[in-house]
Amino acid sequence: MVMQFLKKAGLGMMLAMFSLAAHAQFTWNFPMPATPMAADTLHVHNKFMVIVMIIFLVVLSIMIYSIVNHRKSKGHEAATFTGPSTKSQVLWTLVPFAILLYIDFILMGIPAYHSVVMMEDTKTNADMVIKITGSQWRWQYEYMDGEAQGIKFVSNLTTPQDQIDNKAEKGQDYLLEVDNHLVLPVGKKVRVLLTSTDVIHNWWVPAFGAARDAIPGFLRETWVRVDVPGTYRGQCKELCGKGHGFMPVVVDAVSAEEYTKWVADQKTKIAAASAGADKTWTKEELVAHGKEVYVKNCAVCHQAEGQGLPPTFPALHGSKIATGPIFDAEGKLVKDGHLDRVFNGKGVMPAWKAILNDTDIASVITFERNGLGNAVGDMLQPAQVKALR
Amino acid sequence: MSSTTVTHHDEHHDHPTGIMRWLTTTNHKDIGTMYLTFSLIMFLVGGVMILAVRAELFQPGLQLMKPEFYNQLIGVHALVMIFAALMPAATGFANWMLPLQIGAPDMALPRLNNWGFWLLPPAAILLTLPFTLALFGIGDGAIATGWTFYAPLSVQGGMGVDFAIFSVHLLGISSVLGSINVIVTILNMRAPGMTLMKMPMFAWAWLVTAFLLIATIPVLAGAVTMLLTDRHFGTHFFDAAGGGDPIMFQHLFWFFGHPEVYIVLLPIWGFMPQILQTFSRKPMYGYKAQVVSLWAIGALALVVWAHHFFTAGMPVPALLYFMYSTMAISLPLAVLFFCWIATIWKGSLSFETPMLFAIGWIVLFGIGGLTGLVLADVAADAQYHHTYFVVAHFHYTLFAGGMMGVMAGVYYWLPKMTGHMFNERLGKLHFWLTAISFNLTFIPQFFLGLAGMPRRIPDYALQFAEFNMISTIAAFVLGLSQLIFVYNIVSCARGGKKATDRVWDGAQGLEWTLPSPPPYHSFTEQPIVK
Repeated sequence: MVMQFLKKAGLGMMLAMFSLAAHAQFTWNFPMPATPMAADTLHVHNKFMVIVMIIFLVVLSIMIYSIVNHRKSKGHEAATFTGPSTKSQVLWTLVPFAILLYIDFILMGIPAYHSVVMMEDTKTNADMVIKITGSQWRWQYEYMDGEAQGIKFVSNLTTPQDQIDNKAEKGQDYLLEVDNHLVLPVGKKVRVLLTSTDVIHNWWVPAFGAARDAIPGFLRETWVRVDVPGTYRGQCKELCGKGHGFMPVVVDAVSAEEYTKWVADQKTKIAAASAGADKTWTKEELVAHGKEVYVKNCAVCHQAEGQGLPPTFPALHGSKIATGPIFDAEGKLVKDGHLDRVFNGKGVMPAWKAILNDTDIASVITFERNGLGNAVGDMLQPAQVKALR
Repeated sequence: MSSTTVTHHDEHHDHPTGIMRWLTTTNHKDIGTMYLTFSLIMFLVGGVMILAVRAELFQPGLQLMKPEFYNQLIGVHALVMIFAALMPAATGFANWMLPLQIGAPDMALPRLNNWGFWLLPPAAILLTLPFTLALFGIGDGAIATGWTFYAPLSVQGGMGVDFAIFSVHLLGISSVLGSINVIVTILNMRAPGMTLMKMPMFAWAWLVTAFLLIATIPVLAGAVTMLLTDRHFGTHFFDAAGGGDPIMFQHLFWFFGHPEVYIVLLPIWGFMPQILQTFSRKPMYGYKAQVVSLWAIGALALVVWAHHFFTAGMPVPALLYFMYSTMAISLPLAVLFFCWIATIWKGSLSFETPMLFAIGWIVLFGIGGLTGLVLADVAADAQYHHTYFVVAHFHYTLFAGGMMGVMAGVYYWLPKMTGHMFNERLGKLHFWLTAISFNLTFIPQFFLGLAGMPRRIPDYALQFAEFNMISTIAAFVLGLSQLIFVYNIVSCARGGKKATDRVWDGAQGLEWTLPSPPPYHSFTEQPIVK
């Protein structure tokens, strides 16, 4: 009876799985490769999977044959051998060993060797270099050479908290959407340098086949050459703290013309931001812009209302630092003061000078001092921040 | 020591009763029972933790817990299962069965044995206490770095990391003490005539395990101590700003961490052929080849550690070395599989619960081993690494290969330990529910990993929803099935059909020559082995 129940339950589960498979969008294998490396990885993976499945099925069949035929209930008498005794038996025990040796080091070993060499060759014929910096919990992209040299931006998750908390319908790219996409030209070999400002992260786009750790204090490298235009999504895949599931990677691979146009747009924006740093802002402007910056960058730790998550992430509401002086009487930056902490970071707090521009830093500080229930009343101008660079 | 042991004091002198019996006992069977009971309790504790995790992953979105708490659960689940469930189970079997199998009255170092066990409960408390402290507003919970303690995340973490470090120290001391005891017992207390090459396979496997533990636990202890000083005393072992290197931590950790896999599995490879030969009613195949393979795996285990972090970046020669050396492990492991299958080949098979678990174990552990072979490939590893593919892989090795192996051992020896037969029907039901729900839990995770779902994330993109749902449902069936196991063990300990001395008609080995349950001092007169 028990067995019957199990058979029924098993069948039910199988059917459920098949019907799900008919509706769902998931894939049964790696996503469609977009780079030579991913194509190679998929090829190697498929080949190896077939090999191990054959090994598995052969061994399983031998076992099943034995289980079916060598049963006590069928009156099978046990043999007494404890090892190979004749020459041919010795040979038969050595054959699987030889086959495995061949599989390991020839059939799998040789393609694996070529894949490794290809994967690690980041420099040959590289067309451009980008630097990717992981921080808790966002990616920063910087173009190191070529037409886009000097372009640098931060890429933050844009999925609203309401969707994560199940208070709103989840969007199509739930958890895989960011404000600023990394844009790469199609067909160009891009050498990717990786580092981190805090803990180890791992930059990974499944369709690229490239995954490499971003390690604080060290540079690591990999490369991508996206051959198919499109938008590709990935995630951090090295546990990096509470926001680990919330730092996606989104890459747009575009044609050379679109890329040039995008570069021009970015350069215009940078020029505008730089001009913004030179003009004098009103407090209302700073607070309004600062609030946007805060929501994007700071709220994940210090929380929406500035209440923080003590003890790791202190509250900003009523905080001594966020309501204390920024500059001392001589106009020098106060050590461990508000701007110093935002600018240079400490411990878990990142050094934002590398990530945000002058306007953003000035605005967010002004917002923190005049919003979040604080009312210091003063403001910080972008020009003052610029002067400290 | 051996020849002067005489028989006059078996049931005569007073043993303390009640709690004092267990606190002060130096008897190998009492200590073995405590190890196994502790292991079972911690198996349930670790299981509850992961069921909470699976419940959170039932659907996309955050339903039950915050990411911080999620991260604590996954790491403590792993530490509990590895250090407090699997390792104590192996040590429990060693305590119970090694003296019986080699014809000794007890373990060689009984007081050390007692201490080895009583270090475990404080270690488990240290590991889980931060959860409770956080409820009272002290600290921010248990270690949230995963079980691997990777710096700098662990340097940044809260006091849960310190608790885990001290817990690992205690667990490590306990393991090293246990290992010393096993080595001394095996090398000195064998019955006359039992040469090394006549020793039961379980003794061989534990000998390799013990050497691996002694070789690697001190490295782990050193690594976590360096972490402790980085956290509190201003050193910079793992901080580039002070000349250190975060990747050095990974090297040190996995120098322990990879052999640890074999530390957990080797004892099972030891008793599994014994189970197979019992229910095949046929002598073990390839004894010598198995012994050589066990040592080969032990040696290789020490030199392949870096395949756990290929994506951290390494020079090409290092990548190639660690890839090929990892693949080489498949050779001795294949010899073992060959011997196991050749042991049942042309036997006279019957399928009592231990045999069901043993057969299921070969098949499922085989899947774990073969996916491991694929993972060794550096290029494909970049895709598999840190995804659910790896999670599924190591649960095939550690749940199927580890836990289900332990279950086979429990069912095999339970009648010997308690003197009663367990409920065979419930045992079989437990096997089928476990095997089926285990596969339904983890097969979807292979596909999740291939599709690109990273591990250790509390929430996931929508394309992963279906597989996660199946996995969660199956995980709950798997978890609940273990209650049958607990019930069966408890009711077997309390009573049941009287077990014979030999218990299984095909059982071979000295432990089956003693009554069930064996007398307090196992062999008061050493048996002679021909």
